Amino acid sequence: MKKRESIIHISKRPPLSNWKMATYYGLAILCAVLISSLFVILTGTDIVKFYQFVIDGSFKSDLSMRGLVRNILPLLITSLGVAVAFKMKFWNIGAEGQLIMGAVGATFVAFTFPNLPHGLLILLMALAGILAGGIWGLLVAFFNCKFGTNETLLTLMLNYVALYIVQWLRDGPWRDPAAKGFQKIPSLPKNAWLDQVGGIDITWIIALGLVVLLFVYFKYTKQGYEISVVGDSKGTAHYAGMNVNGIVMRTVFISAAICGLAGMLHVSGDATTHQLTMGVANGVGFTAIIVAWLAKLNPFGVLVVSFFFGLLEKSSGAIESGLHLSKAFTDVYQGIILFVILGFDFFIRYRVSLRLGSKKKNKELKGEAEQ
Amino acid sequence: MQKEAIRLTGITKTFGSVVANRNVHLEVRRGEILALLGENGSGKTTLMNMLSGIYRPDSGSIEINGVPVVIQSPEDSKRLGIGMIHQHFKLVEVMSAADNILLGSNQEKKILSASRFEKVKAFCEEIGMEVDPKKKIYDMAVSEKQTVEIIKVLYQGADILILDEPTAVLTPQETERLFDILRKMREKGAAIIIITHKLNEVMAVSDRVTILRKGESVATVETAKTTIKELTELMVGHAVSLSIDRPDNDHTGTLLNVHHLSVCDEHGVERLKDVSFDLNSGEILGVAGVAGSGQKELCEAIAGLLPIHKGAILFKKENIEGKSPREIIKIGIGMSFIPEDRLGMGLAASLSITDNMILKNYHRSKGPLVNRKKAAKQAQSVVERYQVSTPSIHTAVRKLSGGNVQKVLLGREIDAAPSVLITAYAVRGLDIHSSYMIYDEINKQKQNGVGVLFVGEDLDVMLELCDRVLVLCHGEITGIVDAKTTTKETLGLLMTGAEGEAKA
Repeated sequence: MKKRESIIHISKRPPLSNWKMATYYGLAILCAVLISSLFVILTGTDIVKFYQFVIDGSFKSDLSMRGLVRNILPLLITSLGVAVAFKMKFWNIGAEGQLIMGAVGATFVAFTFPNLPHGLLILLMALAGILAGGIWGLLVAFFNCKFGTNETLLTLMLNYVALYIVQWLRDGPWRDPAAKGFQKIPSLPKNAWLDQVGGIDITWIIALGLVVLLFVYFKYTKQGYEISVVGDSKGTAHYAGMNVNGIVMRTVFISAAICGLAGMLHVSGDATTHQLTMGVANGVGFTAIIVAWLAKLNPFGVLVVSFFFGLLEKSSGAIESGLHLSKAFTDVYQGIILFVILGFDFFIRYRVSLRLGSKKKNKELKGEAEQ
Repeated sequence: MQKEAIRLTGITKTFGSVVANRNVHLEVRRGEILALLGENGSGKTTLMNMLSGIYRPDSGSIEINGVPVVIQSPEDSKRLGIGMIHQHFKLVEVMSAADNILLGSNQEKKILSASRFEKVKAFCEEIGMEVDPKKKIYDMAVSEKQTVEIIKVLYQGADILILDEPTAVLTPQETERLFDILRKMREKGAAIIIITHKLNEVMAVSDRVTILRKGESVATVETAKTTIKELTELMVGHAVSLSIDRPDNDHTGTLLNVHHLSVCDEHGVERLKDVSFDLNSGEILGVAGVAGSGQKELCEAIAGLLPIHKGAILFKKENIEGKSPREIIKIGIGMSFIPEDRLGMGLAASLSITDNMILKNYHRSKGPLVNRKKAAKQAQSVVERYQVSTPSIHTAVRKLSGGNVQKVLLGREIDAAPSVLITAYAVRGLDIHSSYMIYDEINKQKQNGVGVLFVGEDLDVMLELCDRVLVLCHGEITGIVDAKTTTKETLGLLMTGAEGEAKA
């Protein structure tokens, strides 16, 4: 039986140097922009105008820059949060709910003690956000450790529970009487607003601090080491004398607490509304999953990737309003960019070679091997 | 002149920058048993995987029955009549022997026909092998499972058989029976490749031997015209001495008393029943038994990983029941259990060698940060002392070959200087050279007064290395014998549950 060899041959690449890796990813972004531009041109949109809006939307004025940063921050912090759990291979896809609960906790403190000294109030709100988000995650970790329940399902379902808690608060206990028939939660008292540094609320300092902190935490601390071992194999961790359940619960709490903090910072820092709404998370908890993975769970990578995501998001808004395009259009545009970059990821890890005229090539290879 | 069943010419296969096989030549004739011999990482498995369609060579040609072929998938391989018996059986546990045998064959239209048992029985008689077609796999001993595996590939029409370390899980008696089967098949004109580390088995069963070293085929010799010594030298590349020391020492005192110990697994099944023995300072106590006789549970109970159901374990007269694994490590009991997949317990595969060094003691340094400087030094010394071949100490353990993974694990355990060292399958799948180095290390520990519990597979080695050998069968001790005066056959009988006549 003689058979033709298949032409495409896929094999694993030896690991690339950091510089090469950066070059490849740069190339990926360039390709993504080129291909998505093709889509823009094919739909008959004015490409020059299009990119003008992309750039203006994010960088033209102080206002748009501030909008861009405001877009990036919740995503950045939440992505850092999920990265902590992912490092341990704990599939926390409940960042959305944990963020919401963090916002709820902070709002509760702001409504209950509106007259505390400003600094103390903010600190208490942050603490409440951290606890509320963290406990929302800890619940799942507890059931996971005790009964082996599936964390993916549980975190996912708790997202909806959190969302409906906000709805209940909006329609019931926290309903704004001043809004007449309209159902909404009142804005936070001014005393509960985050301070501003450099024209924007202090969230950005906290976010950058978290990036560095988590980098150190993962790489140099004992707890970070425990996370890697448990993520690799629970059996090995147990054998090494680690308290596996304790580590799982602690790590998930930290992961969820960071997401909760993102929620607190969002309601308290968002300069336009300062208000807890149903849309407080707005899908950030899910986008964070993609960001964390694209960044390979590296905190500095998360910083870079969430910058691009924020940019994409902000520009999309500008394009929609400036060029009167539908959301569907920008969704496709974003989709193409993501798809191309993820596709590149495959080629960075694997080598695909074509085997045309395999006999001749075999001979060459043999020659090489004999040398 | 007969045609070769398999002829490999100039096979080269690389993974990234690693060359697994380079310009390998190998041929197997019909009616012949060829032993494939080589150290760990010499490329035996890679080579066989190319025959069974799992990998494809970068260059070189494969001829089956004189015809050049391209094997792209396990399906192709099967069609060419190649049958591979893997070390880990690929059988459905809850199904009968007959169903497992019929499962993989394509010619069956109606698999669940009532006549299937008859059919399998008739086939077995035809090829002269014995198995109860109705027996469920989970009811079978390891050797029976292996027989089913062999019948399965024969039923699928294989006349070229590849067996990957088939004797690793068998008792001496079972091994002999397997060899009888192989000899019978040879008479019928089958071509057989057997991969093994055990040189006496190579001498017993093979007609010719092909030796791989560092991915290259260095020699093919006729078994009748060679010696174990010559084979070893071809494999390693230089002369080695083949004796295991059993040094005497004057350490005294009991380190570990295991007292009427019973242990249950996570499903509540009793895996150790009423086990009692002592382990003395400066002694190597071997633990023999067919795979799954409770060796793993014994190790885990002593290391504090499994709760004690009944009985007690005393370390220097102190009961260790209820102590956490970390406390047990601290008082000086070290365990290196090499599981079948080599990584399941003891090492974190995606972490570097350095990070694996501190697995058990990272928490002892002060402050919240991990001290990697010390770890790097330790990694460096283990890599040098045990000749671990690795690009660097920062390489992930997963990227090392099996033997090197083992050296890292054992090196760490010995470095921790425990007073009781538990090693399970320390040389599992290791080549001669590395194995002897590990025996030497274990002997050094013994002379330092360490009590070593040596769970092993190779009875020849255990009789040479250990002072006493404890035999487990179905979780019970069937005998504790003096290694100096016991024969392999006695051990084999004890392993299958015969009454222990010699108690030391």
